[in-house]
Amino acid sequence: MHMADALVAPAVAGTMYVCSAAAAAYSIKKVREEDDPKKIPVMGVMGAFVFATQMINFTIPGTGSSGHLCGGMLVSALLGPYAGFLTMISVLLIQALLFADGGLLAFGCNVWNMAFYGCFIGALLIWKPMMKKGVSRGRIIAASIIGCMLTLQLGAFSVTLETLASGITELPFAVFVSLMQPIHLAIGFVEGLITAAVLVFVYEARPSLLYGTEHREAESRFSLKKTVAVLGVVTVLIGGALSLFASANPDGLEWALEKVTGSTELEAAGSAYEAAAKVQEATALLPDYAFKNSDSAFGTTFSGIAGSLVVVLLCVGICYLFNSFRKKKAA
Amino acid sequence: MSKIHHAIHEIHRLDQLAERDQWANRLHPLVKLFVTITFIAVSVSFSRYDVIGLAVMAVYLWFGFQLSELSFRECLWRVRVILPLVCMVGVPNLFLDRLPVQIGPLTVYTGVLSMLTLMMKGIFAVLASYLLIATTGIEQICYALRRLHVPSVMVTQILLTYRYITLLLEQVRIVTQAYSMRAPYQKGVHYKVWGSLAGQLLLRSIDRANEVYESMSLRGYTGDFLYIREKVSFQLRDLLYLLIWTAFFAAARSMPLILVIGNLVTRLFS
Repeated sequence: MHMADALVAPAVAGTMYVCSAAAAAYSIKKVREEDDPKKIPVMGVMGAFVFATQMINFTIPGTGSSGHLCGGMLVSALLGPYAGFLTMISVLLIQALLFADGGLLAFGCNVWNMAFYGCFIGALLIWKPMMKKGVSRGRIIAASIIGCMLTLQLGAFSVTLETLASGITELPFAVFVSLMQPIHLAIGFVEGLITAAVLVFVYEARPSLLYGTEHREAESRFSLKKTVAVLGVVTVLIGGALSLFASANPDGLEWALEKVTGSTELEAAGSAYEAAAKVQEATALLPDYAFKNSDSAFGTTFSGIAGSLVVVLLCVGICYLFNSFRKKKAA
Repeated sequence: MSKIHHAIHEIHRLDQLAERDQWANRLHPLVKLFVTITFIAVSVSFSRYDVIGLAVMAVYLWFGFQLSELSFRECLWRVRVILPLVCMVGVPNLFLDRLPVQIGPLTVYTGVLSMLTLMMKGIFAVLASYLLIATTGIEQICYALRRLHVPSVMVTQILLTYRYITLLLEQVRIVTQAYSMRAPYQKGVHYKVWGSLAGQLLLRSIDRANEVYESMSLRGYTGDFLYIREKVSFQLRDLLYLLIWTAFFAAARSMPLILVIGNLVTRLFS
């Protein structure tokens, strides 16, 4: 998909240089903000790795042809979108200078078509959201295939637009698009599979190398505030609103009791039972899930919320106590 | 895996060419970069039917290859890389752009002219890039980029990638050779080992990157890199080279240079 200089007009090339330069400037700012001097050598070696592994032919079963790694998606899954983008720029520049793969004037277009989509769209819109809930083999495979297919489609579509905007070809837009898109859909699928195979291997061998894993750990940590807030909302919804629709029919135990004794309540006789019933009557705030001496539906709602809140507080309290006991023990 | 051999050979060959003590090699890298990009931009800006106007631009390439003592033949095979996409875009012009044009005694279709200019533009751009890299080298191009205030993060990244490409290509060659010896009569890498083959190479590369970082730190690396062994100073010959070629490109683009020269010669002898 590398565009040659002959396929772009200077105005289109200039515009794409400006767009790619803006993305590069933002990426440089982000990499500098990370302030990790170790990252630059890793980026250098990763760039060389992408370049070198694109020389390996991966056999596509049943076709007799072969495919290659998708560099943009791979580096951004390992280095993140910003460092990955800069790495891909260096790979594309070296490919253009040493191997005439893509031109110097069309360099801005090639960076946009292959590095920008692969790193920014692939990493920020596909990889990161999919890994947010945790990394797994299935998610890696899905993200790699979707990422490669989508970014290649966008790249191929951009090649079409840039060539047509340059006024190079007589080919109608519809024909050009129908030539470019399907072939890149197939290429994207194969590249996605190869990239997925490598990333799954990395995940199994050294999962910490994957981009987004620290984020996941940080997010998956138990957050008391968030948990209480979520439970609070759920409590109000279930206890407050849904309790109004509670069944008027007896529950399972009451139903069994009614079948045996003919009544849903046990008639207990004896001074001990009478004393206990008096205490319960005196202390119960909401007898029969309603305010005392009132049949209002609001009483049922209030009863639902209050009961749920007590349960939540109990659960959170027990967990908190358990955690502090565990921490003390570990210390 | 002859492709890997070929790539390694090509990198070494270009390094050797850039190291030569030639007149063109001694020119300031920034001047060469500017002249190359101007040449390509002016070449591709020619009208799709202006074959003669575009042909004049070959003068730069002719002089460049002669002065640098580079071989056209050695460079021409590089054109194969750009041909598929250029042909895909250009060939339909032969059938869709069919306005007849009279050139001397010949009648040709405009589609033929546009296809011809497209091929010429592609070939010219490849030859000009080769001329640049074969007389300048990556290190000096990076130096030129620094002079253009390209951030050091980017330039260091390009230099490091270039430095490790040969090393990793060699590593890939060893791994793939070992694989092919264990799996004879098999084309490419089997899908069952896609992940482990490239993945192990990747992990080894990352370990290598960490070792590189540690050794760079021990040698005093603080984030900046020495881009060139000797700083190249701007000299009169650089200025002349820049002015002459810029003027030539401007003249070739703004007037039919061949016709103007032809008229002048005719007047002189008539």
